[in-house]
Amino acid sequence: MTNPTIEKKDTRSGFGAGLYELGLQNKDVVALCADLTGSLKMNAFQDEFPKRFFQMGIAEANMMGMAAGLATAGKIPFTGTFANFSTGRVYDQIRQSIAYSHKNVKICASHAGLTLGEDGATHQILEDIGLMKMLPGMVVINPCDYNQTKDATMAIAEHYGPVYLRFGRPKWPIFTDTKSFQIGKALHMREGKDVTIFATGHLVWNSLEAAKALEEQGISAEVINIHTIKPLDNEAILDAVASTKCVVTAEEHQMNGGLGDSICQLLSRNLPTPVEMVAVNDSFGESGKPSELLDKYGLGVKDVIAAAQRAIARK
Amino acid sequence: MKKTSAELTNQVKQTRRDIVRMVHEVQSGHPGGSLGCAEFFTVLFQNILRHNSVEFNMSANNEDVFILSNGHISPVYYSALAHSGYFPVSELNTFRKLNTRLQGHPTTHEGLPGVRIASGSLGQGLSVAAGISQAKKLDDDNKLVYVLMGDGELQEGQIWEAVMYAAHNKLDNIIATVDVNGRQIDGDTKDIMGFTELKSKFEAFNWNVISMDGNDIDDVQETLNKAGMLSGNGKPICILMQTEMGNGVDFMMGSHKWHGIPPNDEQLASALAQNPSTIGDY
Repeated sequence: MTNPTIEKKDTRSGFGAGLYELGLQNKDVVALCADLTGSLKMNAFQDEFPKRFFQMGIAEANMMGMAAGLATAGKIPFTGTFANFSTGRVYDQIRQSIAYSHKNVKICASHAGLTLGEDGATHQILEDIGLMKMLPGMVVINPCDYNQTKDATMAIAEHYGPVYLRFGRPKWPIFTDTKSFQIGKALHMREGKDVTIFATGHLVWNSLEAAKALEEQGISAEVINIHTIKPLDNEAILDAVASTKCVVTAEEHQMNGGLGDSICQLLSRNLPTPVEMVAVNDSFGESGKPSELLDKYGLGVKDVIAAAQRAIARK
Repeated sequence: MKKTSAELTNQVKQTRRDIVRMVHEVQSGHPGGSLGCAEFFTVLFQNILRHNSVEFNMSANNEDVFILSNGHISPVYYSALAHSGYFPVSELNTFRKLNTRLQGHPTTHEGLPGVRIASGSLGQGLSVAAGISQAKKLDDDNKLVYVLMGDGELQEGQIWEAVMYAAHNKLDNIIATVDVNGRQIDGDTKDIMGFTELKSKFEAFNWNVISMDGNDIDDVQETLNKAGMLSGNGKPICILMQTEMGNGVDFMMGSHKWHGIPPNDEQLASALAQNPSTIGDY
C-alpha cells in the first residue's frame, strides 16, 4: 500500500534542521541537550553555535530548571531529550519552574511513541501528550513528517510561552508542503464526506493510506491533521464533523489523555457524535520493529480502516 | 546608600515582627526558617544586591539576581522585597489571603515584582540560577546570581545535578548560600539524612566554600562582600550559613517544631515584645 518512491526522513531530523535555521536567524535561541545530541540531531546547532549550546549530561531535572533560568534572562531555550525523559521524568520541574512560572521554554522531545522500536517500553512513552496538555498554558504540538517538524520548530520560537514539541525516531514519508504549518490551525489533508479522521504525528500517514483504501470500498474519508493538540482548533473540528457526522481519531499515544480524548470532550460538549479511537488501550509497549508494533497495538492502516467502518455504522 | 550596622539591626527586628505578624494573621506559614534568615535577607537586599527595585525587570540584565529555592520561607522574602522597594510594605497584610500576590509560596504567576521564578517544590532553584548565570555569561554581563537553599533541601537529587553542572562549567558568578539550621519538618537534619561534611561535599564537586554565622549582621555583611570578591575565579561559590531556626523569638528557637506552624495570640504578643518596633509596623 505504501508508495515506494516517496521520500522518507525522520521527524527528529526536521527538528535538527529547524533548530539550525533558528540559530542562524535568532541569536536569543539557545539549546540544551541531556547527552543525546546525535539522537536529537542537534549536532549542526552545536557545531555552528557552540556558545549557545549547553551539554547537560544525563541530568534532565537540572536541564529543565536551567532552561527556566535562561528564559528568565531573555533567552529562548530549546531542551532536547527523549520524550520519556522530557516529560514524566521531569514533570514537577516543568510544572513549577516552566509552566507555572510561564517561562518561554521549548521542550523538544524525540523518540515518542511505539515507533522508537527495539528499545522497548521503558523508552516508548505513550502518556506524554496527556501529561503535557494537563499543564495550564502549555502548548502541545505533534507534527507528522520532516517538513512539518522543521516548520513547527521554527514557529514555536515566535510564540511566547512554554511549548511541548513531540517527534519521533523512524524514517517516515514526507508528504506535507513546507510553510503549511501554523500553530493551532488544523490542516486538511484530504477531503471526504462519509467520515472525518482526525490524526496526529506518524498516524497522519497511516490515516491517509487508510483513506485511499476506503475509497476503493466506496467510502469517502476526510483526513485532518491535528498537529496542535493544545490549543485545539475547535472551529475546524466542529465544522468538519457537522457534515460527516462521524469521527475517527488516530494517534501514537494512550487513549487516555491523548488527541482522541480532547476531541471527544469537545464533541460531547458541543456536537455529540460517534467517535472511534485508534490509540493504545491502557497498555505499555514492547520491543519490536516500528511497523510490527503499530500493527500489534492496533495503530496500523487496517486498524484505521476498521475504525472508520465502525464509526460510519454508528451514524 | 549602604546601611549601617545599627540600621540593619533595626531592619532585622522589623522583619522579625513582619514574619510573626504575617503568619499569625492567617494562622499559616513558615516562621522558623524565615526568622533564622532575617539577617541574611536584610543584608543582601539592603546592602549587597545591585538591583533596580523600583522598575522591576524580569530578565535582570545588568542586575544582580536573587533566587529563593526553599520557597516556604516566603515571609522573610516578602518582607525583604517590600522593605527594599519592590512593592508597598502594606501589602504584607495580604499574605496567603485570597487574591493576593503574596502566595503561600512565591510565584511569578501573580506578577509580584521581585519574584523571577516559582519555588516551593524543593531542589529547583540552583538549576534556575545556573541558567541565569549562563545567560549572563553569554551576554558579558558581570553581575552576580545569588541563590538560597535549605540544608534539608540538599536531600533533593536535582541540587547535586546543578552542583556538578555549575562547577564543570565554571559558573563563578553564582553565590549559593545554604541555610544550615540543622532542622527540617520531621526533626533534626542530622538524624534524617546526609547532614555531615557539607563543606567537603561541595569542595569535592570543586566549589569554593566559605562559612558564616548567619545570625551575626556583621559576619553576614563581611562574608557576602568576600563572596563577591571570590567571584570570577573559575569556581562557583558556596556559603554555608549557620543559623538558628526561629532566631530572635525565644520559644521558637532550639527546635524544628516551628518550621511550619503559626503562633497563637499570646505567643504573638511574646514574640513582638521580644522584638520592639523600630521603623514601624505595616
